[in-house]
Amino acid sequence: MKNSKFKGWLYLLPAILFLGIFMVYPLIDVLIYSVEEGYNFVSQTAYGYGPYNYSYVLHDPYFLQAVKNTFIIVVITVPLSTGFALLIALALNSIKKLKDLFQTVYFLPYVTNTLAVGLVFMILFKKTAYTDGMINLLIQFFGGQGVDFIEGPYWAKMFVMCFYTIWVVLPFKVLILTSALASVNQDYYNAAKIDGTSKGRIFRRITLPMISPMLFYLIITGFIGAFKAYSDEVALFGTDLNGAGMNTIVGYVYDMLYGTAGGYPSYASAAAIILFVIVLTITCINLMVSKKNVHY
Amino acid sequence: MKVVLQNLTKKFPNRNKKIGGDVIAVNNFNFEIPDGKLIGLLGPSGCGKSTALNLICGLLEPTEGHIFFGEDEVTNLPPEVRGVGLVFQNYALYPHMTVLQNIMFPLQNLKGDQKLPKEEIVRRAKEAAGLVQIDGLLERKPSEMSGGQQQRVAIARALVKMPKVLLLDEPLSNLDARLRLQTREEIRRIQRETGITTVFVTHDQEEAMSISDLIVVMKDGVIQQIDEPQEVYDDPVNLFVAKFLGTPAINVFEGEVRNGRLHIGGDDLMAVPGVPDKKVFVGIRPEGLEPDPEGTFGCGLVNVEVMGRDTSVVFTHDGAVSENLRAIVASGKRPAKTEKTVRFRPDPLKVHLFDHETEERIRF
Ligand SMILES: Nc1ncnc2c1ncn2[C@@H]1O[C@H](COP(=O)(O)OP(=O)(O)OP(=O)(O)O)[C@@H](O)[C@H]1O
Ligand SMILES: [Mg+2]
Repeated sequence: MKNSKFKGWLYLLPAILFLGIFMVYPLIDVLIYSVEEGYNFVSQTAYGYGPYNYSYVLHDPYFLQAVKNTFIIVVITVPLSTGFALLIALALNSIKKLKDLFQTVYFLPYVTNTLAVGLVFMILFKKTAYTDGMINLLIQFFGGQGVDFIEGPYWAKMFVMCFYTIWVVLPFKVLILTSALASVNQDYYNAAKIDGTSKGRIFRRITLPMISPMLFYLIITGFIGAFKAYSDEVALFGTDLNGAGMNTIVGYVYDMLYGTAGGYPSYASAAAIILFVIVLTITCINLMVSKKNVHY
Repeated sequence: MKVVLQNLTKKFPNRNKKIGGDVIAVNNFNFEIPDGKLIGLLGPSGCGKSTALNLICGLLEPTEGHIFFGEDEVTNLPPEVRGVGLVFQNYALYPHMTVLQNIMFPLQNLKGDQKLPKEEIVRRAKEAAGLVQIDGLLERKPSEMSGGQQQRVAIARALVKMPKVLLLDEPLSNLDARLRLQTREEIRRIQRETGITTVFVTHDQEEAMSISDLIVVMKDGVIQQIDEPQEVYDDPVNLFVAKFLGTPAINVFEGEVRNGRLHIGGDDLMAVPGVPDKKVFVGIRPEGLEPDPEGTFGCGLVNVEVMGRDTSVVFTHDGAVSENLRAIVASGKRPAKTEKTVRFRPDPLKVHLFDHETEERIRF
């Protein structure tokens, strides 16, 4: 018994070592950075320890803007993308013949490079000297007033941002949900049919609970992914995200480290720790909610 | 309520174009299930039992033919209005609901003036649970119960809405031998208590024999014989039915009728009056062979297995078609193990002749 326990740990050792070196150690390191005041990059020394870095970051308007942007993106894109994905998956599941074709089509954005997709979005939305962009042409065609989605008002940029984010994450979610739906045993539906269950009730009482583990997985990873958004923003608005007012928390961390105004690892660390705490809190809440509503 | 099937046929399109032709899963079924009876649908795997059941409950639409419940035609009605209860081969209990929720589910679906108040739903669900004796497990999830318990829940769920017809698709196939025996008694009891017309699908002939009022034997989508269990066993219409029913299986030999007498190999077995001279298959039930030094049937002795009250004699014969020939004899008459040969006296009632080409029964 003892021996087998020892063996168990032995087998885990590589994984633990790996996690320790590449996950736990950096995390602790970042934590230490974030509380070192007046850290000097060159001499690698600090004056002392304290909460100043956090205070600085929390009072930095750029950081507050980034937090606001991030939360808007999370709150809008996670529910919408999951909801759309579910609708599309349900539709795909009900038309068996077209399923394979559509699955490929919906999956294309996923295998396409983010920056390439970003470029396409630029073409669709950006106003240049030569053209107003496809979307604006459409709006104008229907008698609306065009806006500059890339360099125009905040809401327009946020709209494009959310649109883009949803577009990028949708295929993966659709794929996961179509396979989740397909894996529900047909007998449950037959049983429900014999008992005269209405479509809505079948969906609520059978389909939804059956795919709830997958749905929940998508929501959790969706939250985490959206909180860590950065490359999508760069793809649309370029590297000067602060200038565009479209920065995210991860973008802020990056700027603090390497950006033109960079070289502040302490601030970056503090921001990273704040993000970590936010994501951890949200994930814990998610897990608690799921205990009640997810059926494994 | 009686159930009548008329020329019922179900074809599935064949996916493999090269082989061509449709798969005829159910071929021209014609029979009547009398009101309140339990009939056993018996046949080997893939013979169309589930398809037949799905036609009756409405999950499948027949290619041809008609289905009547009582005097009403239900052929084109959707399942929910037919008033059937179906117990699936794997039970199909909703895993995320408790036992009580599972049983209540069909009642909660009722709409319009059939709608029941909550207390009534709970009361009826508990009543159904009581019928199958699972009152103590109502708060459990299906995964927390044994196969037999799950099966009872499935029956309760099928019974709770008082179906006119109860359909069971190999409900015992997941249970161990003991539980299977016990549960099949249970099903029989419940069926008697409720008096619901019931169709019980199985590929296990023993199960079908013990539980059914009537047995329908089918093969490749075609009904072979419909009769009471003992009749099907004693009086099979063809070789397939004879071979399918009975454990140990019937012993089959190649034989020949000459001048009104049956010959197997070199043995002149017995008189078969009125049978024209021809080659035949001979089926002899294991209990139809009695050891007798004067017997007409001389065989090689392989083994004598004592099984409590009876003894199983394993023997060989040149004319045998089936492997593993056996005779079940009373312990008092068993031959000594050391013997090399054994002679039997065949019981004419247990000897069946079948045409060598058509395998149809030849009566004498
Ligand atoms: N949807 C389908 N499409 C094509 N062929 C089918 C379909 N369903 C069943 N079949 C065929 O019809 C025949 C009868 O199938 P069925 O499921 O009724 O057999 P069964 O008697 O219930 O067998 P088992 O004892 O193994 O459950 C089989 O040959 C099967 O391959
Ligand atoms: Mg079957």
